[in-house]
Amino acid sequence: MATHETPFDPAADSGDEPTRRDVLLIAAGGFAAVGAAAALWPLLDQMNPDASTLSLATTDVDIAPIEPGQAITVMWRGKPIFIRHRTDKEIAEAKDTPLDDLIDPLARNANLPDSAPASDDNRAAKDKEPWLVMIGICTHLGCIPKGQAVGDYKGEFGGWFCPCHGSQYDTAGRVRIGPAPENLSIPPYSFTSDTKLKIG
Amino acid sequence: MAHPSTYQPNSGIARWLDSRLPIPRLMHDQFLVFPTPRNLNYWWTFGGILTFMLVVQIATGVVLAMHFIPAEDRAFDSVEKIMRDVNWGWLLRYSHAVGASMFFVAAYIHTFRGLYYGSYKAPREVLWILGVLILLLMIATAFMGYSLVWGQMSFWAVTVITNLFSSLDAVIPGLGTSLVEWIWGGFAVGGPTLNRLYALHYLLPFIIAGVVILHIWALHIPGNNNPAGIEVKTVKDTVPFHPYYTIKDGFALVVFILVFAGLVFYSPNFLGHPDNYIPANPLQTPPHIVPEWYFLPFYAILRAIPDKLFGVIGLIASIGILFFVPWLDTSKVRSTSYRPIYKWFFWAFVVTCFALGYLGAQPPEGWYLVFGRLFTFYYFAFFLLVMPVVGWIERPLRLPGSITESVLGPQKAKAARSPSPAQRMPEEVA
Repeated sequence: MATHETPFDPAADSGDEPTRRDVLLIAAGGFAAVGAAAALWPLLDQMNPDASTLSLATTDVDIAPIEPGQAITVMWRGKPIFIRHRTDKEIAEAKDTPLDDLIDPLARNANLPDSAPASDDNRAAKDKEPWLVMIGICTHLGCIPKGQAVGDYKGEFGGWFCPCHGSQYDTAGRVRIGPAPENLSIPPYSFTSDTKLKIG
Repeated sequence: MAHPSTYQPNSGIARWLDSRLPIPRLMHDQFLVFPTPRNLNYWWTFGGILTFMLVVQIATGVVLAMHFIPAEDRAFDSVEKIMRDVNWGWLLRYSHAVGASMFFVAAYIHTFRGLYYGSYKAPREVLWILGVLILLLMIATAFMGYSLVWGQMSFWAVTVITNLFSSLDAVIPGLGTSLVEWIWGGFAVGGPTLNRLYALHYLLPFIIAGVVILHIWALHIPGNNNPAGIEVKTVKDTVPFHPYYTIKDGFALVVFILVFAGLVFYSPNFLGHPDNYIPANPLQTPPHIVPEWYFLPFYAILRAIPDKLFGVIGLIASIGILFFVPWLDTSKVRSTSYRPIYKWFFWAFVVTCFALGYLGAQPPEGWYLVFGRLFTFYYFAFFLLVMPVVGWIERPLRLPGSITESVLGPQKAKAARSPSPAQRMPEEVA
């Protein structure tokens, strides 16, 4: 192998003093790092939800046929949405629960500010108290809780019971027994008429 | 172990290649004459068995990929088509599915062997860390492979496991949700998720193969540990890898294949879950979700901790803690055979792993949960309390003077040793 007659190592050039070569090395290295990071971004961002997924924004539901005590499940953005027509007894139970008894004190309602407390008023549909509209996905690890069908076990609080890890929700969809950390989320929705609901 | 090369190229072509890319020399030195401790028992045959299983999984996997369709509405049917229509498809798929289980059987035995005989201790820490890395990659690969069938268990296993990342919402609100949607490519597990899991399932085995090469490299620098846990001192402590261990490994492999074939041909679904023959349904969670058997202990740990974020941390820590074992164990003695106190704790740990495996398959309620928490406590206490403390307080048994002595007994070993007994190196631990 050939040996260099002059020292090739820039650090050996001039002791501890920074040289023109040090500046060039740092500038070139820094520029290459920025370039590499910029080139990496499309490789990562391609995994995010694509345009066709994002475009499936809203779902319309006719809630006229749902009697008190019944519930239906519809799909929105690939997720199950629970729509429950609550009985007076269920509403009373939810209303009588002190907020201090709740694991998660926040309403988790996309139609309200983030800080709204988890009172039954803030969980139920605005001015339509019997109606409860929620994303039917357990906030623990994403299973679908039981409680939509008439014969389902609904847990100790009469709402929903997650079969995967035993979380229980009350009649306002608030988590009462863990391991789920949060109340069931409420999607953005609005009533377009007395019996028509638009989710999303 | 580093040793002078004894390779003699004995043809013109061999000499020509030897000065350009000396692969025959590498194979000769590392896999034929490689000096290997003479006392290795059958627990040491699982490295070879694991290499074989990796080859089986890649070979069957590549051909299955020629028939599998990674689309939400066709994946399940394409698997059934493999089973019914593709020539030998049933054999290929059952071998691949049972093969994953057998791969884990061998990997777990291999890991427990390393734990029992202290194979992680200096100078083999990097070797051990690479092994844990391979185990992690295997877990990721097996999880992704199971998802591809797109049955009910596949779908809900993916849902539950990917949702683990949403626990990061407790650290930075929104981070977990964004991360999970990035993993899913949507707002729920769906077609894009299946497609990317398939791409990664095809990629990871080749990364595993790369790390396996590093693992063997790191093994061949210090050489094998052995049941006595003492270093090789003279060449009399070793035998050449071939034919001694090629034969021993070969015999063990044949017995292993016998069990493997027994499952493939007589009970191919024994280790699977019947619910995975129901096509994935995003609107209905099965009443009882269980992972494949090889994940059950970790699943039990996840469920034993009644907090989402800490449950996930416990799950990750249960495997991650293995990386630190070389520094958690304070004992100077490698082999548990010479550690009278630690021995009991070790076997209690083995029982704990089996118990967690059983509990992981039970519903998370009542006594199951109580015992799940007890065993989870011991699982971590074994690493964080037993390993450091017992290493300090324990008085180990007297170690044999050499590997040869551990095989032949002290008298015969003396007779067998070459003329200069004074050359013996000092004992490692009194």
